[in-house]
Amino acid sequence: MKIESAPKPFVAGTTALVSIRNLRVNFRVDRHTAFEAVKGISFDIPVNSTVALVGESGSGKSVTSLSILGLLPKENSSVLPGSEAIYAGRNLVEMSQRELRDLRGKEISMIFQEPMSSLNPVFSVGFQLAETLRIHMGMSQAAAYARGIELLREVGIPDPEKSIDKYPHQMSGGQQQRVMIAMAIACEPKLLIADEPTTALDVTIQKQILDLIRELQRKHQMSVLFITHDLAVVGEVADYVVVMRNGEIREQGPAAQIFESPRDAYTQALLQCRPQLHRRAKKLPVIDDFMSGHPVSYADAPERKRGLTGSEPIILDVENLSKSFYSREGFFGKREFKAVDNVSFRLAKGKTLGLVGESGSGKTTVGLTLMRLHDATGGQALFEGKDILSLSAKEFMDYKRRIQIIFQNPYASLNPRFTVGHIVTEPMRIHGIGSSEQDRTERAFELLSKVGLPEVSFYKYPHEFSGGQRQRIAIARCLTMKPDILICDESVSALDVSVQAQVLNLLQDLQDEYRMSYIFISHDLAVVKYISDQVMVMNEGRIVEMANSDDIYLNPQHPYTQKLLSSIPKGWEGAHPRVAQ
Amino acid sequence: MSAITMPVREHEVSPGLWALAWRRLRADKVGMVSLAAAAFFFLMMVASAAGLIAKDWAKEIGANYAPPTWFKDDVAPAGAAPGAPEVKAQDDPGVAAAHGGDTKAEESSVVDPLADVLKEVRSEAAKAAPTETAARLDTLPLGADKWGRDVLKKVIKGSETSIFVGLASAVVAVFLGTLLGAVAGFYGKWVDDFLNWFYNIFTSIPYLLLILAIAAVLNKKGMMTIILILGLTGWTGTFRLIRGEYLKHKQREYVRAADAIGASNTRRMFVHIFPNVSHVVLVQLSILVVAFIKSEVILSFLGFGVPVDVVSWGSMLNEAQSEMILGKWWQLAAAGTTMAILVTAFSLFTDALRDALDPKLK
Repeated sequence: MKIESAPKPFVAGTTALVSIRNLRVNFRVDRHTAFEAVKGISFDIPVNSTVALVGESGSGKSVTSLSILGLLPKENSSVLPGSEAIYAGRNLVEMSQRELRDLRGKEISMIFQEPMSSLNPVFSVGFQLAETLRIHMGMSQAAAYARGIELLREVGIPDPEKSIDKYPHQMSGGQQQRVMIAMAIACEPKLLIADEPTTALDVTIQKQILDLIRELQRKHQMSVLFITHDLAVVGEVADYVVVMRNGEIREQGPAAQIFESPRDAYTQALLQCRPQLHRRAKKLPVIDDFMSGHPVSYADAPERKRGLTGSEPIILDVENLSKSFYSREGFFGKREFKAVDNVSFRLAKGKTLGLVGESGSGKTTVGLTLMRLHDATGGQALFEGKDILSLSAKEFMDYKRRIQIIFQNPYASLNPRFTVGHIVTEPMRIHGIGSSEQDRTERAFELLSKVGLPEVSFYKYPHEFSGGQRQRIAIARCLTMKPDILICDESVSALDVSVQAQVLNLLQDLQDEYRMSYIFISHDLAVVKYISDQVMVMNEGRIVEMANSDDIYLNPQHPYTQKLLSSIPKGWEGAHPRVAQ
Repeated sequence: MSAITMPVREHEVSPGLWALAWRRLRADKVGMVSLAAAAFFFLMMVASAAGLIAKDWAKEIGANYAPPTWFKDDVAPAGAAPGAPEVKAQDDPGVAAAHGGDTKAEESSVVDPLADVLKEVRSEAAKAAPTETAARLDTLPLGADKWGRDVLKKVIKGSETSIFVGLASAVVAVFLGTLLGAVAGFYGKWVDDFLNWFYNIFTSIPYLLLILAIAAVLNKKGMMTIILILGLTGWTGTFRLIRGEYLKHKQREYVRAADAIGASNTRRMFVHIFPNVSHVVLVQLSILVVAFIKSEVILSFLGFGVPVDVVSWGSMLNEAQSEMILGKWWQLAAAGTTMAILVTAFSLFTDALRDALDPKLK
């Protein structure tokens, strides 16, 4: 198609590599209804710079990137006519699949969120790397291999000559993502699209990958379209920021402008909702405050004091808790894997114990073992003087309702075939709480309104609710049993930033009201710092450090804790200290 | 919930996942047509079982091997269609035998002691025959069989047996498979090992041998026997599938959450997990109905099927074996086509059902 003139760039003084104008994408829900996922957005990706596309789930940020590459599923989506994504004088959304295929991987390439599922497990990484080079650069097998080794070295894979023959499962998640990046930059693309490249990775690995992307961007002078929900990450990598919500652009501009003087209420809300490390507001600002025109600044909110004095009554005393898993080895042998290794801690009544660690540290296993969803291999957990781990199943039944758990994934933890009413009243029925069905229903209504859900929810099914609402249902289900201890296993990790703030506020309100004790398990150090009185850091099944929350963040003792804390994305202020001063 | 008088009295009943699945199924044209076809067959089965139609299927109303009405003109000139009375007399085994016996007696010049009796019988038959054959029709909508029974009514009556056997044995097989699969998948460990060994041994026995063995043990011919044979041998596929589903689901967070609130094993197995795998059970059920309708036909064809006084599609096909040699194809065509229509409709419906029930848990 003919382009009369290149569109005027949004940011003065830059040349646009890709100009997106009036991009509209429709998704078909069923035969009669369609839903506009992207509603006519326009922005530029300037040459040699990083543009961050920020938004919560459903904002249309991933759809935007997929439509640039023509990767949207044809069966149920379409880019509406009039949309433009102009690259080198040609409109990408109107190109044929064949033309696009020539571009993809060569001039525009992409890395995805899950490195584990983006690599083909039956081919060695060398083969997959060489494939890209052979197809797009027409290299011979030998030349492609040689270049592959070079690329692996560039992305920081140790011993690339040997690693090139490894299969994906022989590498860690971080290394797999490095291989994905190596494949993406193999043909020296002009644009690299990174769709949540670090979301599935641990915080220490995230930092390495972010550093790598930034370094490669400078070295190869390419443009990067970085898609993420995490503003702290954006602050570290982006030159320009585009904030999206519900398929529309709320605000765009240079990073400094977005972070220092955001004009849009939604952007302001996103910046303020995240718990921050240097302060602890009594209540997190939520998105409604901003959208209704009453912005609250995180810095102005009253602070909450945290920490233990040492004189609090102890509700749960865990000693030398161990849990091993066994895998078969050889014909008779078995190998022991110590998921939790001699963990001891005390939980104070009405307080929150934060449990942080990276994946595989055993933090979730601690929670599940205390709930007896796993059988402990050793140790004891004293609850009111009784070791709940050695009680018989029948004796434990009385204690079961007093220790409850909220899982990570609100989409998976509610039975999809039950109504919310059924879900919330079931525990009461099992434990004989409430005098009659009517009484139980009344209690359920009460609890639903307590967690901020309308009463009609009682009659609905889980699939009709959003993630945050479902987590509220899960919380209401636990509250029916009036537990003394609530284990929150990554309970807010799967939620959007703004919803996260609401659920954290709810959990805090409930603790204030019922004096429940929380064991708050998370990989998110900022959230743990915000909600916890005490923090316990775990690594490879052991406790490496335990202290009051403020102490551990200000003055970490153990080198692992120090490494963990230094890996937290610092956001704009952290990455640009002179601006913050 | 009517007893509850709560602040919210008026509420819209939200569509559950089943309602949504029904909505998807209704949008599927092929699915709905095949559902209608299958439903027609089931109604026919019920009506026939209740004695509303085809009650008099065994009555010999037509000439033997009377051709289908629409086919008569082609057949008559060729003389293939038997002119009712005399052929009837020849074909009738009793009469033919008597006749044969008579000639033999004359040849050997031995006085047949039964000659008088036979003469009497023959004259009575001759007297009765004209009146009977006069009422017989020389064509029927779908033709007649060897004895002049209406093939249409036989097909209807036969569908009663075949579909009932298919349904009942599928229910038995799916029930067994689901129960064993659920137990194996949910409890795991040695229970799973034990049931898997059992499954492996069971499937290693050749199918027909197994059927013969069970038939020998039951030692009785009849519908119940076929249902048991098919039910007891057909559970294996369902077992594997359901076991896999339970293995997957017991790890899910909603089941863990149910454990955390104190739900018992049985409750988790059947109240929590079962509704979430029931779509698999339903699809298995309909696949097996189709398979067992065919199996019944094969069994009856091989002679392990229903007793002689019961008609089924299988026994009709069995009869058709010898008829085909005489060029009387209509019984075969009627039974074969009806079965093909039902099986195709049911298979298409199963496909549509699987699509509709595909639980994309949002």
